Amino acid sequence: MTRKLKKTGLIISLSFLILFLLSATWLLAGGDLLIKNATILTVTGGVITNGDVLVVNGLIKQIGQNLAAPAGVRIIEANGRYLMPGIIDTHTHIALSGTNEGTDAVTPEVTMAEVVNADDTSIFTALSGGVTMVHTMHGSANVIGGTNVVLKLKWGKPSEQLIVKEAYPTLKFALGENVKQSSGTLLPGRPQRYPATRMGANALIRSELLQARDYMAAWDRYEELKKSKNPPANLLPPRKDLRLETLADLLRGKLVARCHGYVATEMLEFLNLSKEFGFKIGAFEHAWEAYKITNELKAAGVGISVFIDSWAYKMEAAEGIAYNAAYCTKKGLLVSINSDSGERIRRLFNEAGKAVKYGLTRDEALKLITINAAKQLGVDRLVGSIEVGKQADLALFSQHPMSAYTRCEMTIIEGEVYFDREALIKERAAASTKKGDLS
Amino acid sequence: MKLTITTAQALLKNKNQLFLAAILLSLTLLTPCFSLAQQPAAQAQKDSEIIAIVGAKIVPVTGPVIESGSILIKNGRIADLGPNISIPAGAKVIEAKGLTAYPGMIDSYSWLGLEEISGVRATVDNRETGRINPQVKAIEALRYDSMHIPIARANGIVAAVVAPSGGLISGQSTLVKLDGWTNREMVIKESLAMIIELPAIRRSRGGFSGFRGQQPQVTTEKTLDELRQVFKKARMYEKRREAARKNILLPLPEFDEASHFLLPVVKGELPVIFSVHADKDILQTIKFVQEEKIKAIFYGVEQGFKVAKEIKEAGIPCLMGSLYSLPPVWEDGYDALFLNPVILNQAGVKIAFSSSSASAAKDLPYQAAKAAAFGLKPEEALKAVTIYPAEIFGVDKLLGSLEPGKTANIVLADGDLLELGTKIQKVFIDGKEVSLENRYTELLKKFEQREANK
Repeated sequence: MTRKLKKTGLIISLSFLILFLLSATWLLAGGDLLIKNATILTVTGGVITNGDVLVVNGLIKQIGQNLAAPAGVRIIEANGRYLMPGIIDTHTHIALSGTNEGTDAVTPEVTMAEVVNADDTSIFTALSGGVTMVHTMHGSANVIGGTNVVLKLKWGKPSEQLIVKEAYPTLKFALGENVKQSSGTLLPGRPQRYPATRMGANALIRSELLQARDYMAAWDRYEELKKSKNPPANLLPPRKDLRLETLADLLRGKLVARCHGYVATEMLEFLNLSKEFGFKIGAFEHAWEAYKITNELKAAGVGISVFIDSWAYKMEAAEGIAYNAAYCTKKGLLVSINSDSGERIRRLFNEAGKAVKYGLTRDEALKLITINAAKQLGVDRLVGSIEVGKQADLALFSQHPMSAYTRCEMTIIEGEVYFDREALIKERAAASTKKGDLS
Repeated sequence: MKLTITTAQALLKNKNQLFLAAILLSLTLLTPCFSLAQQPAAQAQKDSEIIAIVGAKIVPVTGPVIESGSILIKNGRIADLGPNISIPAGAKVIEAKGLTAYPGMIDSYSWLGLEEISGVRATVDNRETGRINPQVKAIEALRYDSMHIPIARANGIVAAVVAPSGGLISGQSTLVKLDGWTNREMVIKESLAMIIELPAIRRSRGGFSGFRGQQPQVTTEKTLDELRQVFKKARMYEKRREAARKNILLPLPEFDEASHFLLPVVKGELPVIFSVHADKDILQTIKFVQEEKIKAIFYGVEQGFKVAKEIKEAGIPCLMGSLYSLPPVWEDGYDALFLNPVILNQAGVKIAFSSSSASAAKDLPYQAAKAAAFGLKPEEALKAVTIYPAEIFGVDKLLGSLEPGKTANIVLADGDLLELGTKIQKVFIDGKEVSLENRYTELLKKFEQREANK
């Protein structure tokens, strides 16, 4: 009897284990695919014509020619069309149910990861332009915004499955016209928020970081006393302050600053602040005058995330030249092209393509929206190029993605197809016949 | 600029005029943004001089491509072109081997010269206050030395419609060439068409841009009714004036500004560019145009693809709005704006692309290429930025293609005119080579020096 019970128990636990393992693999693994006869733009390893890419469990298993598909694996015939790594947008505000906590000039305690909106149709829009990953950020309404989040655009999946945990944790800073609120008309009776100048913005950041330093010191002293042989009887921990906690993380190097800045002076002064306090800058956002200070940026090892040529929409963008991205690339800066828009995001490849006119080769231009972007987000070991072992985030284009005449045909994330133009058109045709039947 | 500062200092002595001084100072501060203002680009050249562009691939647009040929320019016009043209002695020869010659492009709707920095109100002149402004003329505010003009030119755009916007009747658009020492020197057609803006498509919840709160409540139907009244009033006004002219005993009607400036429209002399968007609104506007006997051009037409047959039958040409936007209706599909020109073109509607911008006017070729990516034949895409707009605006005898007798507006490119990576090597406007220097190149040069000196 007991033996029988034991046996049943064993069977039950074994089947649970099997079920658990099965579900675990299902959770972890992406799709399996074989893409055949593509012009593969690997980005880091040149171009392979008539190449195949085998994807197993969401990872790139093999790149070569005449690869055979394991049984049951879906084959995608590329017919010579262009396969590139999924496009990465280093600066957007899509898929969020809030962008700016602009009521206060300093709000590092707010977290974009908590307001991810997986139902935002901008995700689909982005997929239709080959975008697979976005750095979706707090806005630029205030000097110190919140922490940003990196997402994979897995349309249809719940929010938590979109978040890329491996990416650098980043904190948004902003300078210039937006934070000094110079474009809006001040309503009568409403006081002007501090800061109203670039001086104020810089001073505010410095004061906040000095406070964060004191906050860290207070905690260090508390820990030291607590560990001591005879801690004082009335020893109390300092009050937790989420705002300063986040800034302390920046000073501890656990967070990377991403700083919205346009004019050369404000960027140089933020570089000085980073030296003064020893925090890391991931990149300058927009950085329209980066071409004026390439030496300083290069020396500091700080890259830029920019528009290719969207300019002159405000005073601080009036010296933004379309040569900026190409010129800074040639000067050795790490440059990515961003959309900052739920519309431009679907033609980010066109934006990168323009860099060819301003001096880059097509291969160099392609990097602006792939591997360079991945480096800036700290995920280049996972994505950003077509390499064995990397995640199979891919985009298929009708012509070279840097050509004006190209069109995104298919977008794949971890081996799963999230956008398929051909299938979409078939669906549309079917839907229109159905409608016809009904009427 | 120095003068302005001196004046400001003088004013400062008088404390009562501090305020004025402050204004002057702020103007002075704004000046650097235009300090690189562009000089008109035509280089000194004798009118009788003959220019020969030799050895280029020639894309005349209206005729077959010539793989290698020459173009002769005389007195601002194309004198001759072809594969075997003899070059007259004394002609200035421009070697163009490896380059392709195209007619310069025409932007069929822009704000060039009316908007410098969109976020700085002091530099924006394209939107008059009020709803009915037929009296305002784009040409009269056009900034000939706009920093956006040389940039557009350096991308192969040689002419543009500049349109006022906003309200219901926005004002009179103009057609200009992108070269000239003054606004008047740029004129091709001083008053091209009246701009009338009908209501936008209501964006529904869950559409591409999601819920947007308050939507415009005015329907196109009501707006067209209002226009009928305005036009009727203008016709009555003209009748009364006419009667008074014939009979000295009758009093002249009291001056009515709107009626006065709408007369060329109701008489069918001045076309109207209707900004119209939804399919049903397009149908209503077609009916309106036919009843009122107005020469019409449509602009925007985002849902034109749904009523392409009707637009074709009405013979109304369509100017595409910027394709750099999302379809206003989610159900139309993510690619609706890209397919729209393709479907209209296939239905036989005459289409032209526009930048609908000042700072992005240079993107005109890419607008056309975007439609080509979604099925518009590349030759048609090219026509829709050259000969089609010329035909739509009634200037095809002079512009829009490379043919003997036409204005020598020629672009020499190192590749396909609509391609992103293509560099424009030379541009001729009225037969004169124009400078391709612009704010981008000047600032680049300036800071290249700084970096080189380090």
